[in-house]
Amino acid sequence: MRILAYTFRRLLAAIPVLLGVSVLAFLISHAIPGDPARLIVGPKASKEAVEAIRKEHGLDRPLPVQYLHFLGGLLTGDLGRSIRNHRPVTEDLADYFPATLELTLASLVLCLSVGIPLGILAAVRRNRFADHAARVVSVVGVSTPVFWLGLMLLLLFYRHLSWLPGSGRLDVTSAPPAGVTGLYVVDAVLAGNWPLLREAVSHLILPAFCLSYVYLAIITRIVRSSMIAVLGQDYITTARANGLSAGRVVFKHAFKNSLIPTVTIVGLSLGELLGGAILTETIFAWPGMGKYVVDSVNALDFPAIMGFTLVASTAYVAINLGVDVLYAFLNPRIRY
Amino acid sequence: MPPRTLHPALRELALTVRILSRNPSAVMGGTIIAAMVFLALFAPLLAPYDPVRLSLPDRLLPPGGGHFFGTDELGRDIFTRVLYGARISLSIGLLVISVAGGIGALIGATSGYFGGKIDSVVMRVMDVILSFPSLVLALALAAALGPSLVNAIFATAFVMIPKFARMVRGEALAVREMPFVAASRVAGAGHGFIIRRHILPNCLNSAIVLATLTLGDAILIAASLSFIGLGAQPPTPEWGAMIASGRKFLMDQWWYATFPGLFILATVIGFNIFGDALRDVLDPRIRR
Repeated sequence: MRILAYTFRRLLAAIPVLLGVSVLAFLISHAIPGDPARLIVGPKASKEAVEAIRKEHGLDRPLPVQYLHFLGGLLTGDLGRSIRNHRPVTEDLADYFPATLELTLASLVLCLSVGIPLGILAAVRRNRFADHAARVVSVVGVSTPVFWLGLMLLLLFYRHLSWLPGSGRLDVTSAPPAGVTGLYVVDAVLAGNWPLLREAVSHLILPAFCLSYVYLAIITRIVRSSMIAVLGQDYITTARANGLSAGRVVFKHAFKNSLIPTVTIVGLSLGELLGGAILTETIFAWPGMGKYVVDSVNALDFPAIMGFTLVASTAYVAINLGVDVLYAFLNPRIRY
Repeated sequence: MPPRTLHPALRELALTVRILSRNPSAVMGGTIIAAMVFLALFAPLLAPYDPVRLSLPDRLLPPGGGHFFGTDELGRDIFTRVLYGARISLSIGLLVISVAGGIGALIGATSGYFGGKIDSVVMRVMDVILSFPSLVLALALAAALGPSLVNAIFATAFVMIPKFARMVRGEALAVREMPFVAASRVAGAGHGFIIRRHILPNCLNSAIVLATLTLGDAILIAASLSFIGLGAQPPTPEWGAMIASGRKFLMDQWWYATFPGLFILATVIGFNIFGDALRDVLDPRIRR
């Protein structure tokens, strides 16, 4: 019950933040040099046409009124129309969303399944080979430009070794599985189409690894340091003295308590994955929201760029909220 | 024993340098940074060619011969361009950190010093900026301002302001309770004077550590913007932009995109490990 009340309070607290996000996004979209009406009708249109568009879009009204109009649109899921294809941006983003979700989820799975064991190993074998190796992995990870890593992966695994495909979610000749979730891996399993599953997974490996590497490095670091802090505590010594096996001490007693800082970092990383997805999707021609926004940048499609920005930040706020709640759930000492 | 007459700040600096010189990662990071600064400063002397002059007969030559890192599609020497790129990337990093650090520290110190309503409004604004994934906000801002290196620097600095503001604010909250601040007030000092003379100098250590650690991030974000096409424009030899043009030739001319990326990697590693070591040394709880 207390958790529920806490969740509700956090939800309320997120509202002003989201309002702030919308104000900032609105201000940025008004920082665009040049006349937005001119941008919509194109450079060759007559003065009257520009004037008409300005009236139609309410661009002649005072800024606060325009903001309220914009906010009203947001609340009804209206992000405006793309300049490129004249479709509502919301529809465009909805089309590209599943690909991004699949990529970020796969990266998250990779981050956790590699980062956590590596961090534990580094903590348990502190200052030995595994620890040094983990340190190198994580320093290089946080310092690598994602887009360059993607290119190097392509060069090695696609061009030279030919182990994995280089772009897209499926081979060009394949049709996607019947859409239930929009995640090809899941849909292929649901359809029982094993060759397609194989194909979808092989397309997913390189981009997911590329996107996860930075965050894997961060997670390894955090797990290591929080495990070291926990392993030094008296109750661990007591557990050991009582004759518990090393595995039981590490996993059952120490790891559980080192989870709290880890969860915070995972939450923050998951939000930042959306930023990394912009670069990863561009490199691997992954048809998600990140590639969509880069294509929009190249086409000067501002409604699309702002739409993506708003969706990404709302997701970020939602993830952080989820993490806060999970945090309170994991640590019973936290009572607000 | 150092002479007692030395200025306390200098003595502090000498001690920091001495501790750092015994720390292997600080030495490694410092060496990488020093090497990059050296390459950047002396690029015109070290580079064998002109970074922007075209030479079409020499296009897309593999590494070796007269071209250390090969040439690009316009016959320009990639080694030369990478050296000049060090000037650009290091300047970007320094500019971003000075702007973000300066503005952020001022906002944080003012906000923490006054506290109350001003503080909560300012910090909510910082929270809003932090509610965007950093690359996403930088991209939106850079796209709105138009593709240019200056705009990319501004966009990168903007997303980093809250980091500095929050950190300095935290320190300012503690410093303003110190007796010397009260003494200064009693002696008739104004708010501006106290912020300048007491609050900001006491946040300097943490700000330097944060600046070193975020310099790498700043270089990465700015390079990412250039890669997307929102930062440095051709023919500027910026590393991210070079990788973007090298991408088209990746399958057959591997050297084009590879070398600029290696330099980004090395530079950012340098700042990250040096920053980590600096944090350990400047943290008084660990020191001595």
